[in-house]
Amino acid sequence: MNNKDLLGIKELSVEEINLILDTAAGFKDVLGRDIKKVPALRGKTTVNLFFEPSTRTRTSFELAAKRLSTDVINFSVPTSSVVKGESLIDTALTVQALGADFIIIRHSSSGVPHLLAKNLKASVINAGDGTNEHPTQALLDAFTIREKKGRIRDLEIAVVGDIMHSRVAKSNIYSLLKLGAKVRLIGPPTLIPEEIKGLGIDIFHNMEDGLKDADVLMMLRIQMERQGKGFFPSTDEYFKNWGLTAGRLSLAKDDAIVMHPGPMNRGIEIASEIADGPRSVILEQVTNGIAVRMAVLYLLAGVKR
Amino acid sequence: MKILIKNGNIIDPSQGIDGIGDVLIENGKIKEVGIKGKDQNARSKEQKSGAESAELRTIDAKGLKVFPGLIDMHAHLREPGFEYKETIKTGTTAAIRGGFTTVCCMPNTFPVNDNASVTEFIKRKASQEGCCSVLPIGAITKGQKGEELAEIGTMRNEGCIAFSDDGQPVMNSLIMRRALEYSKAFNVPIISHCEDLTLSEDGVMNEGLLSLTLGLKGIPAEAEQIMIFRDILLAELTGGKLHIAHVSTEGSVNLIRHAKERGAHVTAETCPHYFNLTEEAVKGYNTNAKVNPPLRTARDIEAIKAGLRDGSIDVIATDHAPHHRDEKRREFDMAPFGISGLDTALSLSLKLVKEGVLTLIQLIEKMAWNPARILGIDRGTLKIGSDADVVIVDENKEYKVEPDRFISQGKNTPFAGWLLEGMPVLTIYKGKIHE
Repeated sequence: MNNKDLLGIKELSVEEINLILDTAAGFKDVLGRDIKKVPALRGKTTVNLFFEPSTRTRTSFELAAKRLSTDVINFSVPTSSVVKGESLIDTALTVQALGADFIIIRHSSSGVPHLLAKNLKASVINAGDGTNEHPTQALLDAFTIREKKGRIRDLEIAVVGDIMHSRVAKSNIYSLLKLGAKVRLIGPPTLIPEEIKGLGIDIFHNMEDGLKDADVLMMLRIQMERQGKGFFPSTDEYFKNWGLTAGRLSLAKDDAIVMHPGPMNRGIEIASEIADGPRSVILEQVTNGIAVRMAVLYLLAGVKR
Repeated sequence: MKILIKNGNIIDPSQGIDGIGDVLIENGKIKEVGIKGKDQNARSKEQKSGAESAELRTIDAKGLKVFPGLIDMHAHLREPGFEYKETIKTGTTAAIRGGFTTVCCMPNTFPVNDNASVTEFIKRKASQEGCCSVLPIGAITKGQKGEELAEIGTMRNEGCIAFSDDGQPVMNSLIMRRALEYSKAFNVPIISHCEDLTLSEDGVMNEGLLSLTLGLKGIPAEAEQIMIFRDILLAELTGGKLHIAHVSTEGSVNLIRHAKERGAHVTAETCPHYFNLTEEAVKGYNTNAKVNPPLRTARDIEAIKAGLRDGSIDVIATDHAPHHRDEKRREFDMAPFGISGLDTALSLSLKLVKEGVLTLIQLIEKMAWNPARILGIDRGTLKIGSDADVVIVDENKEYKVEPDRFISQGKNTPFAGWLLEGMPVLTIYKGKIHE
């Protein structure tokens, strides 16, 4: 790895992405063992600095850090001095002064990990910043696709839903394009800015057209607050047009897999029977997340300062 | 006390002067301007009347440019209320060192300059502590809330020379119509920060592929253009004097050009950052490049230069918006908009001359004479009898932009590290020399 931080997929080379995925494969073996812990990073300290509510990502990072034998502290907003008006940089400097080697940051403002990375010696890992990126989610998705399909190059990957506000979608687009996949986006025009075609991506507003012959279907979470803001009139109408149903899934390739970063809205972006069906790899994504995050921590620990 | 500026290249758009010659200043007024080969120069007259003496300071301006003092139509001096960002004292010191002898300050202070007592405070403070002339711009509406007209006439009498709700644009079209109508009684321009707030909602940079890939909420060019078009139509309807602040897009330039072709009573300004920087400056979440309207694209820069060249854009103003370091050293979404501009405005604008976009005389027209005409003030000229506001500039003096050396308290510039050319050697304000 060339950098002490993981800020986004944009900042990673193809070699670095592959290195993370290969390293994660080794850690996945560890997670299958009886004793799921290795002493690789004993004595290091990891701080989860989450300014947005999160259970799954924070827990996944916490487990990954613990499996590598680092000490883990969760620093969450309501209990911290942030509510007392402390500046972000002061909070982060305090966490570093407490001895953090890794700072896992989630924040509602894009670019916050970049700001911290510039001001801290600790490794900063982006666990989701605004509508910018969520790089470890894209890495675990790439890992899962590679595991299921044996490759990523030349696969037809359909990403469905709120592209505009989704950091998961953005990171996935960058990583899948870097790894040689073909990416298409499906959803209402209000949630897919036309400019994104500049990245070399096709846009479909019709679900049936977009799903045709896809190898991978990535469903995105629809945030309830988007209705009423004029992005779409109702979740009912959304499901009727862009929800993944059995009928629509049949338009994709016979061996297409269905992914979702969670948490799911059953009956809004995905029908229940698909979420629980044989094509769904949603729970495997969760498991793979730990291995990928272990790989990220492990590799960043080895970066020369 | 007399000052004789000798052998400078005198540029005065108000009289169409571009030639080598002398300027004689006496008792704070321009006494003589003599151009070699045209008429008798001021120096020879002076020598006849009594040679060098303690009463006479002679400045050799050979190889230098001599301009009327620049007028900044759009600045934020932050006082009263935000003295931690800038004060009238520090802001006007930066101005005078940057070649400006007149600064118009926007009303978004605390309290807002929406009544004569605040105007009076600013004028008094400026006369006590300021280094150059400060002309306040009053708020159009009480509290800049866009609901009720402020006491425009009373503020006018106290010294406000224009009216604007600045960054809180008047969204209500009826109120804007009334402002353009009512202001006619006092012959003052209404300066409009054109932004449809419903369309720009929460935006922090230009809307496009870059905003999408940075995950930052975009402000489309249309948010500016829709309001420019509305205000032009209202100006045409009412006959009021409309001045459009900080033009940033190609579409805006086109709207203004067409309006002028129709004979609409509209003038417009842009700022150095809109013809020197694109949205790319935001990359890396650089809050010093966060400004409203936002930095746009290379295409917009070309259109703005074309608009400056053909006169669609009348004025270059700074939109000097100093902020405290801590305010910019934070989340991009949360950082305030604005660039500290008084220290760098002249050299950034001189680039237009070096690039052949404008002649020097055209540039000074946009930085001194046109602002004076739009505001209806007797400045920005070297005409005999006018106040001796003069700036002497070495246009080849090269320097590196180092924000820590800014005279303004606001070090927030996206131009840090740039190599620029052209610096005032000295500025004379009402006959007083600032070196």
